[in-house]
Amino acid sequence: MHPETIATIIAASSPLVFAVLGETLTEKVGVVNLSLDGSMLLAAMTGFAVAFVTGSVELGFLAAALISSLVALVIVFTSIELRLNQIAIGLILTLLGTKLAAFLGQDFVRQVGPSVQAQAIPYLKDIPYLGEIFFNHNLVVYASLLSIVVVYLFLFHTRHGLELQSSGERPEAAFAKGIPVNRLRYIYTALGGALVGIGGAAFSLDVKLGWSEGHIANFGWIALAIVIFGGWHPVRAALGCYIFGALQIIALRLQPELPGLSQVLPILPFPIMILTLVAVNHPFIRKIGLRSSVIGKIVRSDPPAGLGRPFWRE
Amino acid sequence: MTLDVDKISKHFGNVYANNNVSLSIDSGEIHGLLGENGAGKSTLVKILSGFFEKEAGEIRLNDQLLDLSSPKDSIKCGIGILHQEPMVFLPFSVLDNFLIGSTDQFFAPRKEALKQFQEICNKFDFELDPDTPVSLLTIGQRQQLEIARLLWLDPKVLIFDEPTNAISPAQREKLFATIQQLSTEGMLVIFVSHKLEEVAAICDSVTVLRKGKVAGSKKLPCPQSELIELMFGKLFPSKEIKDIQKGGIQLTASNLKSIEGRESIEITNFEIRKSEIVGIAGIEGAGQRTFLRTIAGRNSAESGTIISGRNLLNGTDYHQRLEKGLYYMPADRLGEGLISELTITEHIALVENKKKNQIIDWEMCYLRAAELIAQFQIQGTPESKAESLSGGNQQRLMFALMPTDADTILLEHPTRGLDIESADWIWNQLLDMRSDDCSIIFSSSDFEELLSYSDRIIVCFAGRIVGEFERNEFNPEHIALLMSGSQI
Repeated sequence: MHPETIATIIAASSPLVFAVLGETLTEKVGVVNLSLDGSMLLAAMTGFAVAFVTGSVELGFLAAALISSLVALVIVFTSIELRLNQIAIGLILTLLGTKLAAFLGQDFVRQVGPSVQAQAIPYLKDIPYLGEIFFNHNLVVYASLLSIVVVYLFLFHTRHGLELQSSGERPEAAFAKGIPVNRLRYIYTALGGALVGIGGAAFSLDVKLGWSEGHIANFGWIALAIVIFGGWHPVRAALGCYIFGALQIIALRLQPELPGLSQVLPILPFPIMILTLVAVNHPFIRKIGLRSSVIGKIVRSDPPAGLGRPFWRE
Repeated sequence: MTLDVDKISKHFGNVYANNNVSLSIDSGEIHGLLGENGAGKSTLVKILSGFFEKEAGEIRLNDQLLDLSSPKDSIKCGIGILHQEPMVFLPFSVLDNFLIGSTDQFFAPRKEALKQFQEICNKFDFELDPDTPVSLLTIGQRQQLEIARLLWLDPKVLIFDEPTNAISPAQREKLFATIQQLSTEGMLVIFVSHKLEEVAAICDSVTVLRKGKVAGSKKLPCPQSELIELMFGKLFPSKEIKDIQKGGIQLTASNLKSIEGRESIEITNFEIRKSEIVGIAGIEGAGQRTFLRTIAGRNSAESGTIISGRNLLNGTDYHQRLEKGLYYMPADRLGEGLISELTITEHIALVENKKKNQIIDWEMCYLRAAELIAQFQIQGTPESKAESLSGGNQQRLMFALMPTDADTILLEHPTRGLDIESADWIWNQLLDMRSDDCSIIFSSSDFEELLSYSDRIIVCFAGRIVGEFERNEFNPEHIALLMSGSQI
């Protein structure tokens, strides 16, 4: 594949990567933030509006992260303090976010605003082939790539990551080991929400510039599906984003010559996801996964055992 | 080093789970905490682990007052707990489990942990591969992992909470060896169990809990029947029930063989007459539960015959036996007896809809519920959920749900965890039923209850009936001896 095509795929997928990593963190700690489709829209609108008014892209991203983080906090707060169902609240917030974005964003529809500027990395961009793929982007894309590595290292190689996972896996046991389960759920749901917000703003300020009602509708649901496809593993989930992105971009490129095929390609990710889940659930693959915890982590397809299950001390 | 537990109290509803519990334990000895289920052992363990907050009392280690308001505090104070069910994370590797909660560093110190882990494993001869996912380990190995993890935290006190419930005999031997080694090295060890023989085997001293109170302490070894007396309470009946004329044979079980979980039974012959109350004495796990559940049809027999009245019950299931008049009331009222999320009215609708009408007549059910609430003196409304009722009222509801044509009632611990008023009420009901020709079989871990209400007592040990006493020949000392597996 031409390096320029790969570079485009990486750039186009970056918003989804943020959202998927964010939701992976949130679900790993045991909370379902189902509001992604609404909160990404709200974040995309907020990010664009703030950048448009202030002229600062950075402030736009910050505002997007905050608003989305706030939505996520509603879920964890109502779950822990008010004992409400996370799924129900998530769905309500999806609708609320969508409508709110449409309403508040009226003044910004189809305006031309600031956007993230390209910033090739000197020297590295001149590496043949790889330079074009990885080092000729803007800060948002670099950050998305870096986030994959950071989230992976954080989850599997730091104490905090381990405590995060244990809170989502078996909250009672984590609590018995002295881990403040609910505090961690607040922190990582908020953090995950912030990443989702950055994903939303990465659309309106970089990948799909500007704002209009329903600007990026459905990407939240796609992100939620990719989290499952990714087996709650950040690297596998990111891979899912790139496969999804690749099929979209290829379809776009093929449109002039093969209009029929280009209609089929964007749908392909979904059967691929289902087939992958069937494959990793196959007894043979499961057996291999059980033999080694490293492979097990990669082919795993079970959600965290404590996902969506609130924890209250007796 | 000394651990002092001083006058600890904690209650749930109107029942004390711990009532002025005090004990004092020195390091270098293995101290047993013995009691039947529901005696208050796990409440005390949960208070020591910081899960429950105590209502009164003090806990001191070496005369230093401990504040145990969360598990984190408890760990900090040097108390390590091996929970009944190992608190491990199944999809994670052994090493990850070892690390969780054990380190303060930002990057998990895998190399150092691995070294420590292998050192501990070598010392205690645990064979654990650090990279295996824990889901592949046996329960015994999971325990070993937890022990290794606890030791890495360098505790001063180690509490083993019912550690032998799900492990093989070989693993049990190994566990006991580990516990003994820890104790000789100066660790203060508490061994919590309802299994008499295990406490007798490895403990140096023991405190027996009964109904939330300390029933007594003993230095070991001592005769097991003395411990049984402490566990089961008063050795004489507090009430004299009226002797009434017994009817013909109601139920016969012969050559019954059955297994449920780790409990297996072999009953050569058992009979009960109409209007007779039979109490089953035995320490937990002696077969009384499997016996009751096999007769009720909750558990299928491997062989043998059960005859009720004129019906051969072999091959019939629980529902068919229920229709034939057998009613079983499990000890776990909320887990097996009732549906915790359903209201009293909904329970009535489930049970009383004999014609299997597709449309529920809610008004009728509501009125019926109100009627039964009055009749059975349940503290609640037709809209109360089962889980919101107190233990005594849950038991009353189970009586209210009993079919009126039931003629054989099987009860597991009918008054466990209940206040005195509820317990008396329940026995008055049962005595009334007995006057109406009902046969009643109940298991209990309370001598006073067994001796007060049984027309006949059978003693179970290791899945067999080892003794039988008519009311006029009750001999509490002999019963206690037989329960401990001794001969008279």
